[in-house]
Amino acid sequence: MIKVNRQGEVWVFAEQHDGKLEDISIEILGRAGELASKLGVKVAAAVLGENVAESAEKLIHFGADNIYLAEHPLLGYYQTCSYAKILCEMINKYQPQIVLYGASPVGRDLAPRVASAAKAGLTADCTDLQIGDHEDKKSGQIHKNLLLQIRPAFGGNIIATIINYDRWPQMATVREGVMPMPLPNVGRKGKIIRHPVHLTHSDLPLEILREHKREKKVNLKTSRIIVAGGAGLGSRENFRLVWDLANCLGAAPGATRAAVDLGFIDRDHQIGQTGTTVRPSLYVAVGISGAIQHQAGMNASQKIIAVNSDPTAPIFNIAHYKIVGDLNVVVPMMIKAIKERA
Amino acid sequence: MAYNCVVLIKQVPDTKRITGEAMNADGTVNRAALPAIFNPEDLNALELAIQIKEKFGGTVTAITMGLPAAAKILRESLYRGADDAILLTDKRAAASDTLATSYILSCAIKKLKYDILLCGRQAIDGDTAQVGPQTAEKLGIPQITYVEQLIELNNQTIIVRRNTGAGWQEVKAQLPVLLTVMDDANEPRVGNAKRLMKYKDVLAPAEITPDSGIDIKELEKKGLLIKQWSLDDIGADLNWCGRDGSPTKVHRIQSVVLTAKESKTVEPNQAGITNMIHELIIDKTIS
Repeated sequence: MIKVNRQGEVWVFAEQHDGKLEDISIEILGRAGELASKLGVKVAAAVLGENVAESAEKLIHFGADNIYLAEHPLLGYYQTCSYAKILCEMINKYQPQIVLYGASPVGRDLAPRVASAAKAGLTADCTDLQIGDHEDKKSGQIHKNLLLQIRPAFGGNIIATIINYDRWPQMATVREGVMPMPLPNVGRKGKIIRHPVHLTHSDLPLEILREHKREKKVNLKTSRIIVAGGAGLGSRENFRLVWDLANCLGAAPGATRAAVDLGFIDRDHQIGQTGTTVRPSLYVAVGISGAIQHQAGMNASQKIIAVNSDPTAPIFNIAHYKIVGDLNVVVPMMIKAIKERA
Repeated sequence: MAYNCVVLIKQVPDTKRITGEAMNADGTVNRAALPAIFNPEDLNALELAIQIKEKFGGTVTAITMGLPAAAKILRESLYRGADDAILLTDKRAAASDTLATSYILSCAIKKLKYDILLCGRQAIDGDTAQVGPQTAEKLGIPQITYVEQLIELNNQTIIVRRNTGAGWQEVKAQLPVLLTVMDDANEPRVGNAKRLMKYKDVLAPAEITPDSGIDIKELEKKGLLIKQWSLDDIGADLNWCGRDGSPTKVHRIQSVVLTAKESKTVEPNQAGITNMIHELIIDKTIS
């Protein structure tokens, strides 16, 4: 761990694959910049990889003041131990007060390894980050300007705010899709600080024999409108209604975990705590009861239409338009109304 | 060759079944009102360990850190096929965060012989997925997260398929290694009736009250006593355990009550629905 260092920067671990920067890192960089300006310090990104100068440039455009760059052929593909080693070296050398990671498969693999080696705190899967004060009830001591790490817990039934006031850096992984992307400014200037890389093969204990990349069938995150179906659709055949409504709205089809588990649609379409988090302009919930785990992934939608035959379904608590009725009747009526307008 | 597998398991409140009654007025969860279950993905980890034992020989040891009541999932592990079970329980371990928990687990694991450590990808109460990787780091061994399938185990080499979120990888490592196992990996078996009969009277010392009339020595002689370790037994440094050993602390807990700011009820007829669509077109929600 490092000591409390109020001059320390706010860092983002910039995740990239084959030189292509992940959206999640840019999303976090936006919020990191806000946190840094509240603290009056610089915002920086740590970039590890091979031939990643382009990513470094892009991060500067998206708001990074400093880039800590580790380039080496042995960092060409992600491995827990090699990445953790280099990142720990950087943290010890530059003493950032905050380090943020995407709660992606890589971020969730890397961050705990770094936290353990650094003996620092780590909060998983945050949905919000703020700066605030904490009063220690026991000692009465007030710790000012800490990172408030806000996350759902207990399956989304409670929201916990976690802090770390003594074993820094303050570290968190951040859920994908919950923070808006900042806008790039190609005129921005930043500083690139190169970090020397010394790795041996013992730092790379895994051998990647084969890799298969699968294109996601749907991009829910960028869709303006989402039509999502739940267990109420009853069957894979009847789920067709969701596809039909989505098609005539130019929307992406989504689903609850229950609908996915029942085999109505592929897992790529799953929205909620264990799926994708979305914030579209319009979210149409068809036959979805609205379990808290599902709401966690879609309650930031600007407008929500809910269609359900059960008037007590929790989805109606967050819906802007409530339609209590048989979805087999209501959805065709919606399709008709949209087609008539077009 | 035979392999010694150690499975890290956790007893968790069944968060999928939280109802209003399980929430306290201040928004915190009343754990006592929730059924305590075997963390679902830890069952997949245990299943994988049992399959390894069945195919290659060796042992399966289940270990958990928790309250005395957590002995229940150790018994369930024995019913399913574990050979040995260890309960780590100590009041001074209370309020441990993931870092302190992984430190305590690593101290206990250092006392065991192991080739493969297995745990579930994450526990459903915290969903952090941190204790596995942190334990691996403390032991200085590699981790392979999100394991979907064991492909090969040969001498000191393991090959598994892991989910990368955007597809999969086949990864090779030298043992010892820690695997975190996904729910897709297998279908966990239920307890075996014979084993259930054999182990149903197994208890951990912490579960036995002085007035119960149960003779611990007698139980031990019959092989029905779960191993129980305190922080002293595993030589843990108390500075790294419990609340003091945990860098992360809870600042605030709020219950989740979501409501829409404005909401309208739309009649489920064509006029009502056409009107709604019209409104959404006018405010440019639908283009």
